[in-house]
Amino acid sequence: MTSAAPARTTAPESTVPGAGVDGSTTGQATPASPQTVGGHRGEPMGSRSHTDGAWQEKPVQTRSERFTSVKVGDFDQPSGHELEWKLTPIKLVADLISGELDGTPVEPSADDVDGYTLSWVDRTDLRVGSAGLPEEKASANAWSAFEKALAIDVTSETPTAFIVKRDGLGSGARAAHTVITAEPNSRGLVILENAGDARLTENVEIVVREGAHVTVVSVQEWNDSAVHLSSHFAQVGRDASLRHIVVSLGGSVVRLNPSIHLSGQGSNTDAYGLYFADAGQHLEQRVYIDHEAENSRSRVKYKGALQGEGAHTVWVGDVLIRQTANGTDSYEENRNLVLSEGTRADSIPNLEIETGNILGAGHASSTGRFDDEQLFYLQSRGISEEEARRLVVRGFLAEIIQQIGSAAVEDRLHRAVEAELMIAGAASAAAGTDAAVSE
Amino acid sequence: MSTLEIKDLHVSVETEQGAKQILRGVNLVIKQGETHAIMGPNGSGKSTLAYAIAGHPKYKVTSGSILLDGEEMTTLSVDARARAGLFLAMQYPVEIPGVTVTNFLRTAKTAIDGSAPPLRGWIKDVKTSMTALRMDSTFAERNVNEGFSGGEKKRNEILQLELLKPKIAVLDETDSGLDVDALKIVSEGVNRAKANTDVGVLLITHYNRILRYITPDFVHVFVAGQVVESGGPELAVQLENDGYDVYVAASAAAASAIASAEASDAAAASAPAVNA
Repeated sequence: MTSAAPARTTAPESTVPGAGVDGSTTGQATPASPQTVGGHRGEPMGSRSHTDGAWQEKPVQTRSERFTSVKVGDFDQPSGHELEWKLTPIKLVADLISGELDGTPVEPSADDVDGYTLSWVDRTDLRVGSAGLPEEKASANAWSAFEKALAIDVTSETPTAFIVKRDGLGSGARAAHTVITAEPNSRGLVILENAGDARLTENVEIVVREGAHVTVVSVQEWNDSAVHLSSHFAQVGRDASLRHIVVSLGGSVVRLNPSIHLSGQGSNTDAYGLYFADAGQHLEQRVYIDHEAENSRSRVKYKGALQGEGAHTVWVGDVLIRQTANGTDSYEENRNLVLSEGTRADSIPNLEIETGNILGAGHASSTGRFDDEQLFYLQSRGISEEEARRLVVRGFLAEIIQQIGSAAVEDRLHRAVEAELMIAGAASAAAGTDAAVSE
Repeated sequence: MSTLEIKDLHVSVETEQGAKQILRGVNLVIKQGETHAIMGPNGSGKSTLAYAIAGHPKYKVTSGSILLDGEEMTTLSVDARARAGLFLAMQYPVEIPGVTVTNFLRTAKTAIDGSAPPLRGWIKDVKTSMTALRMDSTFAERNVNEGFSGGEKKRNEILQLELLKPKIAVLDETDSGLDVDALKIVSEGVNRAKANTDVGVLLITHYNRILRYITPDFVHVFVAGQVVESGGPELAVQLENDGYDVYVAASAAAASAIASAEASDAAAASAPAVNA
């Protein structure tokens, strides 16, 4: 692989975009063998070109070797063909990738809760940069521009919920930085709620120290015109556990990429995601699980619904099991439910396994329409087609919402999903079907 | 007193090779309070009849009628038929992830009755029926059919039969795959529904077994998409002893129809018309 032309390298990703077009086919990137174990056997590492980096001049062989920098100038201006950007409408976010950003702090609203502290810290604070570094330009741009970082510390061993709200960040391009630190053996649930207008690129660091068990939820219910690029970096320490949940419902372009590094022995993460894309909406999530330490465990489950012309979702799930990560137990899955014509769901699981001494590593992906048999069953009990569809979608997404652990937030999100479904009902009624929306 | 009247019903199913005729002129009259057993060999179209009555989109009625109290059902949607008073207990009930049994039952009851059931009475009714069907109370909070065993799925179907109180219920091979204890429990449920609501039952089965617990008023032999003989309960006993061969052999037309039905090509259209 000295000067191989990028086009000649194997790039399974390039086969995917067609699969999900118009939403009528299954967007399966890779044969959905539920258990892909021991993929390293046969050939030594690096003897074949790797999927990652196929679009770059010098292909990066493994996810772990991607270039990182906190300086925006260290990254080339993306053309839109790069691995990281090729599924993103970069014209709509160009200002966030390389433009001037307003890095002044915007005070969030949060009620005081025992066991949590909220403060603004300088970029020289030790907490900043402790969980990860930018792998792409928009993330580096935010890192270069933020003036103060919002530090959220989880200190209590008694679990409670802490809700941090941002509402209305304006229409000017801005940067933000957040560091969530869970003290050793702490317990906590941090919910980041986003609403209103925004043109935001930001980094969120999450450090889960040894023995801590925390849940971090990021809810995007932005206004229709909002644009939000976000990179989450998490380090999970020894015997610690991070439940990470991404809920993206509102916004024009929302791209939230969590990188979770299982760096301590026996560390665990459950990464969940829920997204509901309407007409013209682009919702993207690139999940990276890095198994560094022995006996680490990860589960990734992202579920999405798509409806309306131009609704586009992207899920990329990279899992790296390093040579050091003996005893890893890993599984990732993505499910998409297509509710109308004209949508596109990209679903791309990637597994890199550098040790054979693991408990399991698997992936699954499916993109499909309603199960007609489910609708028939519900309708045969007198339930109208429209209500049956609502029940099925709500049920499909409920599995993720149920993971949050705050009854109030769960209720509100159930209602938010309902509202999305009502929009669907109204749209189909407007399209000339006889479905009446009466609630 | 409600009546389900099936008149000269012809039904075809879409296959990759084109439309394939399954039902070839079914005539049946089921009155409320009556129990009819339909028995026939595999591939005779029994389940197709069940799905056609319920309105499954895969099955196309090419001619004939399904009338409930004189009202044409074949032009109604699946849910409208259920609200009119038809019920189908399915052979293979599907899982509905994320929808609890409680939520599902209440939604269905509200849809059928046109208004939400009074809460206290409803909760009591659900509990009573579940207890009678030996269903653990944790069932109510589980997702519909998700992780249910075969027997649990069938009990869940009969639970719905008891609670939704249809005028006419079609039970599609409800006995299949049940051990004798589960069979008894399910049969008791059907008998309770008959006693409590006077439901008319169309019991589709391959075997005589369930008829030991649910006594039919009428037994119909179903071969090659048609009722070829009707009689009383004694007919079921005779079928158990002699099998279906006599009917299959006795009707050359039926035999040829079976052959064409089983043929994988779409020669169905050219099969000789069977004169009932």
